[in-house]
Amino acid sequence: MREITYAQALNEALRECMKEDERVILLGEDIGKYGGIFQVTAGLLDEFGDKRVIDTPISEAAFVGASVGAALTGMRPVAEIMFIDFTTVCMDMIINQMAKMHYMFGGRGKVPMVLRTNIGAGRGAAAQHSQSFHALYVHIPGLLVAAPSTPYDAKGLLTEAIKNENPVIFVEHKKLYVEKGPVPEESYSIPFGKADIKREGKDLTIVATHALVLRSLRAAEEVAKEGIDVEIIDPRTLTPLDKDTILKSVEKTGRLLVADEGHKTCGVAAEISAIVAEEGIYSLRAPVQRVCSPDTPVPFSPPLEQSYIPDEKNLIPAIRRLMEYT
Amino acid sequence: MKISKGKLFDLYAVMLKIRLFEDRIVDLYARGLVPGLAHLYIGEEAVAAGACAALRDDDYITSTHRGHGHVIAKGAELKLMMAELFGKKTGYCKGKGGSMHIADMKIGILGANGIAGGGLPIAVGAGLSAKWRGTDQVTVSFFGDDASNNGTFHEGLNFASLHKLPVVFVCENNQYGISVHQKQHQPITDIAIRATSYDMPGVVVDGNDVIQVHEAVTKAVRRARAGEGPTLIECKTYRWRGHHEGDPNQGSRYRTKQEIEEWKKKDPVKRLAEKLLADKVVTKKKLEELEANILKEIEGAVAFANESKFPSQEELYEDVYVEG
Ligand SMILES: Cc1ncc(C[n+]2csc(CCOP(=O)(O)OP(=O)(O)O)c2C)c(N)n1
Ligand SMILES: [Mg+2]
Repeated sequence: MREITYAQALNEALRECMKEDERVILLGEDIGKYGGIFQVTAGLLDEFGDKRVIDTPISEAAFVGASVGAALTGMRPVAEIMFIDFTTVCMDMIINQMAKMHYMFGGRGKVPMVLRTNIGAGRGAAAQHSQSFHALYVHIPGLLVAAPSTPYDAKGLLTEAIKNENPVIFVEHKKLYVEKGPVPEESYSIPFGKADIKREGKDLTIVATHALVLRSLRAAEEVAKEGIDVEIIDPRTLTPLDKDTILKSVEKTGRLLVADEGHKTCGVAAEISAIVAEEGIYSLRAPVQRVCSPDTPVPFSPPLEQSYIPDEKNLIPAIRRLMEYT
Repeated sequence: MKISKGKLFDLYAVMLKIRLFEDRIVDLYARGLVPGLAHLYIGEEAVAAGACAALRDDDYITSTHRGHGHVIAKGAELKLMMAELFGKKTGYCKGKGGSMHIADMKIGILGANGIAGGGLPIAVGAGLSAKWRGTDQVTVSFFGDDASNNGTFHEGLNFASLHKLPVVFVCENNQYGISVHQKQHQPITDIAIRATSYDMPGVVVDGNDVIQVHEAVTKAVRRARAGEGPTLIECKTYRWRGHHEGDPNQGSRYRTKQEIEEWKKKDPVKRLAEKLLADKVVTKKKLEELEANILKEIEGAVAFANESKFPSQEELYEDVYVEG
């Protein structure tokens, strides 16, 4: 199969959905001529015109709110917020409006829209451009949250997100945009709530999200040399979460490590650990380990940022610690 | 308003310092010594220089992602700035903030800001605080043309005017928000007309003419100190470099080389140098001396940054909360 980047895969999903359904429109800053800050919307303005690819002012509350209103009245908007950090300036539109309407109106009205954004540190962009607080949206009922880690998943999940009848917070990862992988040329959807086993193993389960999937795969290769056989589960969507696949894997391995780039406290890893504690504790033979970002803002200085980012340097010792329990 | 010869020379010195600092960053960024995002101010120097020259040391500013010029004009030390841009522990933010977050409460720099429009309400709060504390301190809030589309602009101006707060809103209209031309991000050409909605004076000036900027801001500061409330000043200007270093070909995806060249003809720094010479305010030799001194200071700052250490690993966890 041909290989394309994560950014190109997202671009293809947008293009295919726009071709198929004229109600799909894009809104965001610098998504037109510039092609999006990470080139995800490159070429779409030329192909679909400025009625469907709308470069917005720096008015996140207005264009995310407008997406809600447009979705409510029959459109399929896909809004882009340049970095998840800036979703904070339109929190009302996301949390009080987008997420609530269907329930609050007793099922009258729906908001089939996608809010694309990204997380991740590692670009020297400091505390207001590098955050990974996707857990915030997992906390809010009414929102679906997607978390693709590969180009294949990126395309299939975005297609599903656009076709889904619910509002989706589509969380990409900055460091993955340039990663390549096999992607079918035709259109396809990946259903929400179905985890993917990225590596099969019998000794230990890592539930990993976003860039932590790649980093866990590398860590797994490293410890394989010591005879440790790691299984890696990528939930792919955080809401809904595929608990069964996680619990089944833990039942097999008896050891769980959860790896997510959000802060450790109250994060995605905390939630997954709690689920396993509630529903799978008797499968465990070792305490659950979490590899996450520390509970500090993202620092600018490169050596500090490198130490901040959860990766193999944290994963490998955590794996070895878990293997001490027999 | 008559600006003295000495003041004109000082304004020039600040503009030149900003220009030469930014020129040096172009080179340091290209060589990988300044990591992350560097949004340069080249071409817009007259705004920061003219505005900050109307302020006292104990007055405040809020700055933006494109903040090097503002903080230099407010009196920041190049050494500490450079070390911060390098990510060293001797920098203004101990290496934790970088280019977009330089702050120094001692000289009234309430922070550069990574959020477009994030500074305006903070300036309003500084104004509220000055009023409440009974000082006559004034706050200047810098922001861009596209930031004026953020709700914080509208909410901030309304609040400041309602309470007659001592704030001067200085809009740097360089005609673009990243790649989006002003025509595509707002239906007006003069952002200053928005002042009417909030019942405050709105003024448009040539942002490449430091004298015009300085006069307008001086008048607004006087009004603010007298308790008469805020002013909105729009400075028409242009950025020469890309949105940030790394924006391909200085923004070739969304603007022409020709447009950039046209604006370079209106170079605010050169313009004042020519005036100073024509009016015999200074000699050519004095200007050369000034340039040599600034370059020396910049080289000193680079050496300081180079010699400084990166923060240690434990420092990652420091300053999350105030201790003690
Ligand atoms: C709330 C928010 N949205 C988007 C961004 C991304 N962004 C950074 S600078 C910028 C353009 C700013 O344009 P303008 O206010 O005109 O300032 P300039 O860069 O031209 O100085 C954008 C969209 C941001 N930093 N904050
Ligand atoms: Mg601008």
